[in-house]
Amino acid sequence: MFRIPCPYCGPRDATEFRHQGESRNRPDPRTVTRGQWRAYLYEKDNVAGWTRENWYHGVGCRRFISVERNTVTNETRPAAAAAGAVDPVLPGAEAGAPDADSTRR
Amino acid sequence: MTARVRAARSSRRPAETPFRLPPQPGEVIDRSRLVPFDWDGRRYVGFAGDTITSALAAAGVRTFSRSFKYSRPRGILTASALDPGCTVQVGDEPNVRASARRLAAGMSVVPQNVWPTLRYDLRSVNKVVAPFLTAGFYYKTFMSPRPLWPAYERVLSRFASGGWTSPDAIPSYYDQRFTHPDVLVAGGGPAGMAAAVEAARAGARVLLVEEEHELGGSLRWGGAQELEALGRLRADVAQAGIEVLVDSVVAGRYDDNWISIAQRGLPDVTERLIKARAGILVVAPGLIERPYVFAGNDLPGVMLSTAVRRLIDLYAVAPGSRAVVLSANAEGDAAAADLDRVGVEVVRVLDARRGEDVRRALGRGTLSAVEVADGSRIDCDLLVTATGWTAPTSLLNMAGNQPVWDPLAARFRPGEGLPDTVLATGGIVGDGSVDELVAHGTATGALAAARAGFGSAAVVAPLSPHPHPALFRATTHGFVDFPEDVSSKDVMAAAAEGYDSSELVKRYTTATMGPTQGKLETVNTVAVLAEATGRSIEELGTTVWRPPYAPISLGALAGRVSPPARYSPMQPWHETHSAVPLVAGEWIRPDSYGDPAAEVRAVRSAVGIIDVTPLGKLALHGPDVPNLLAAAYVNKWAKLDVGSVRYGVMCAEDGVILDDGVTGRLGAARYLMSTTSSGAATVWQHLESLLQTEHPDWRVHITPMTTAYASINIAGPRSRELLTRLTDVDLSADAFPYMRVRTGRIADVADCVLWRIGFTGELSYEIHVPASYGLHVWEALLERGRDLGVRPFGVEAQRILRLEKGHLIVAQDTDGLTKAYDAGLGDLVKLDKDDFVGKPELLWQHEDGAQQSLVGLVPVDPSIVPAEGCQIVDGATGILGRITSSRRSPTLDRSICLAYVLKQYAEPDTVVTVRLPDGRRIPATVTPPTHFDPEGARLRG
Repeated sequence: MFRIPCPYCGPRDATEFRHQGESRNRPDPRTVTRGQWRAYLYEKDNVAGWTRENWYHGVGCRRFISVERNTVTNETRPAAAAAGAVDPVLPGAEAGAPDADSTRR
Repeated sequence: MTARVRAARSSRRPAETPFRLPPQPGEVIDRSRLVPFDWDGRRYVGFAGDTITSALAAAGVRTFSRSFKYSRPRGILTASALDPGCTVQVGDEPNVRASARRLAAGMSVVPQNVWPTLRYDLRSVNKVVAPFLTAGFYYKTFMSPRPLWPAYERVLSRFASGGWTSPDAIPSYYDQRFTHPDVLVAGGGPAGMAAAVEAARAGARVLLVEEEHELGGSLRWGGAQELEALGRLRADVAQAGIEVLVDSVVAGRYDDNWISIAQRGLPDVTERLIKARAGILVVAPGLIERPYVFAGNDLPGVMLSTAVRRLIDLYAVAPGSRAVVLSANAEGDAAAADLDRVGVEVVRVLDARRGEDVRRALGRGTLSAVEVADGSRIDCDLLVTATGWTAPTSLLNMAGNQPVWDPLAARFRPGEGLPDTVLATGGIVGDGSVDELVAHGTATGALAAARAGFGSAAVVAPLSPHPHPALFRATTHGFVDFPEDVSSKDVMAAAAEGYDSSELVKRYTTATMGPTQGKLETVNTVAVLAEATGRSIEELGTTVWRPPYAPISLGALAGRVSPPARYSPMQPWHETHSAVPLVAGEWIRPDSYGDPAAEVRAVRSAVGIIDVTPLGKLALHGPDVPNLLAAAYVNKWAKLDVGSVRYGVMCAEDGVILDDGVTGRLGAARYLMSTTSSGAATVWQHLESLLQTEHPDWRVHITPMTTAYASINIAGPRSRELLTRLTDVDLSADAFPYMRVRTGRIADVADCVLWRIGFTGELSYEIHVPASYGLHVWEALLERGRDLGVRPFGVEAQRILRLEKGHLIVAQDTDGLTKAYDAGLGDLVKLDKDDFVGKPELLWQHEDGAQQSLVGLVPVDPSIVPAEGCQIVDGATGILGRITSSRRSPTLDRSICLAYVLKQYAEPDTVVTVRLPDGRRIPATVTPPTHFDPEGARLRG
């Protein structure tokens, strides 16, 4: 069981969190096509390596946070540290979301 | 053998112990404490500190089990926890490792995997059929024909090694513990003890875990110098304030040094699973002596040099009377010296370093002679081998490290690349004198402490393995895996059949897959494979070691069972009024009070009350609540007046129904949302997700109120009459119409919320009262409504009532694929809203049309209640739908259902076929979902 660096609570066991999937931006529902929407819902990048994902600290501060995790080694680090994101707390922030380009269109 | 026969034999005089030696300097037995026990129906006496096998070896017992496939007699090989032939049954406990389990007075030990007895084993017939039990025999013999598998299974289970558990066994107590040491040292030999001491001296909290019963490792069976070092290290450990666990094993290392430890030997606890989050893990398991492969290498009487030294030096037991020793190293020489010292005749020492070798061990049942490579034959009852070492790299492997083959030392050792949080010391790293091992341990301990934040970093001088001859197999074939009965011939056969990688050979032959999980077997298996394929051991590599390192009981993994349970404040009343409990997630609530049908009739004819405290309740505050509601629900919320409630459905982004419930507006910016009982946590998280991630600008605060309120639904034609007696709120139809919310006093309790809604289809009020007054209000309702015929009802009655009314239950009448239009909730979906969760999918479902519809269904034969989940079928194979809810309706006096059917079958009066679980097919008629009072006159009255 790996640990996740919670910006509010510090490093905590992953079992305190719920995985919310890869950080990605919700397409505009007014213009989205079926293909784009379903890619947003179901097509994960599933990178073997560093990926940015969202977690919900349900057994702690109950905040949604973004974390970078190496899916091969389960190393984790705060999302902001690596990505230079403005706010480590808000997932879907433009910078650092690995799939931002594919879903923004 | 029957228990009675065993008992009769037990009463006889205990067996003599002719192999017990005079006191030895390092012995761990307490000769002043005799421990009587039974073995296979006979009485024996050992000393406190003896293991089961050491006490029996003292009495001359040599055979402890029969092997798994060929039923060959097996005895002591390692005299340690790894002893492959010494797994026994102790009382009700199966699979006890007899060479590691200490004696306890009155223990009843019997051999397992012998049928019918240890001495006369019917399965020895397998020796005759051995040619058919070759590599991959499972796959070849038992694969086909498939219909025979049940018969094969019965035969195989008879052969499977393992003991038994009695259904009458007294349940054992298991426990769990969590701990957070700065430094965790796995292995209490010289290097491990030194590392622990140094880390503790630097100020780290240290946990030292040793698999055996006492600290010391190989020092325990050394000479005077080793015993003196042992005493010094033990004293240091005791003074350093280290927590020491013995008879405990580090079973696994997971991400971020999450470490599992199986601890035994606690009073009143069979086994305890410790979950440790360690800052730094120091791996110091030492080395495991490797068996040698030659014909007869499994005969009782063939032993490793470490087994000999353990028996003599720890337990003062002579392992035999006439010994031949095959030695390739100093430890083998020391074993020969030990034997000589205690008076065992050492007939010959074969020096493997000079090319001397054994060819085969001979004997019927036990060893009687050895045939040497030069052709000579020596009578003996003990053959000792010291042909090399295996580094147990499991824990390092689990930390991502790949062991590398060191051809000079003829063993695997840790490779490059360990996480910073994992260190290794001692024999697993390299060889050295006691002082060198202690120095390496000390430096490693200092480094561990420094990395954990204590003291300054230390330099660890390298420790290298000493050269050792590469010895795996003599010129004959023998066993590479004892518990699995896999021989070197099997490995070669597997290679010839094309299974030519370590991992393939492992799975095909099952070599290394037995209880010792390759600790004795892997290197020999790979070496024989290398020989067979003409490749090197480096090239083939070892198999991957996975947790657990040592066996853990299932009881320890399950731990102490203490699931959280939630009860409403009315639980004391339920308990004293014969409520039948229903486990609903974490909640325990009344399913009924004994007669659900009567409860239904009471609600339809008079009034009933149900405890609905588990309903999820969220207080929403803030000016942007309407925005949140509009985003979360599929329907509209902008025009909800103060004092109104509205039913809403939430879908996920894939359009699938997530939850439903009503939300009421209590004040300008005050709302109370209710969710399903099981959906409370999910909905809360869902709303927080919207607020935190999509709309951080919205000003809404969510407060969970589920357990702050006790909730009661008062339902039935006389519910208004009952509640009027208890509240100051005007309940008249004009003042408080359907789908309205009011606040006020109930039974003198202030700050209650009342909403007029109706899941049951009757005139009803759902009241939420401060939780501490829940029981008071509940009792007041029953007391004041006695003359009205008030009756409590449970979840079962409520399910019948709502089914009569055709109200769906999310997750009962919907599943992970049900979108809003499937469930007949399309009218609620407001596609003209700008956006809401799931809108794109619902828009497309609306455009395409739903494929299925939720309908009512009544079997033509009203007495048949089809089980929930029954398929609606067409001909032999076509599936047209399924039943999601079914009950007998006391009101309509017939069976009623809710079901999904394909759209073209959804018209009322369509007759469809339902397939029952017993295969019968019955006709049923499609109806609207509402079976009772479709106009809703009762509800709105």
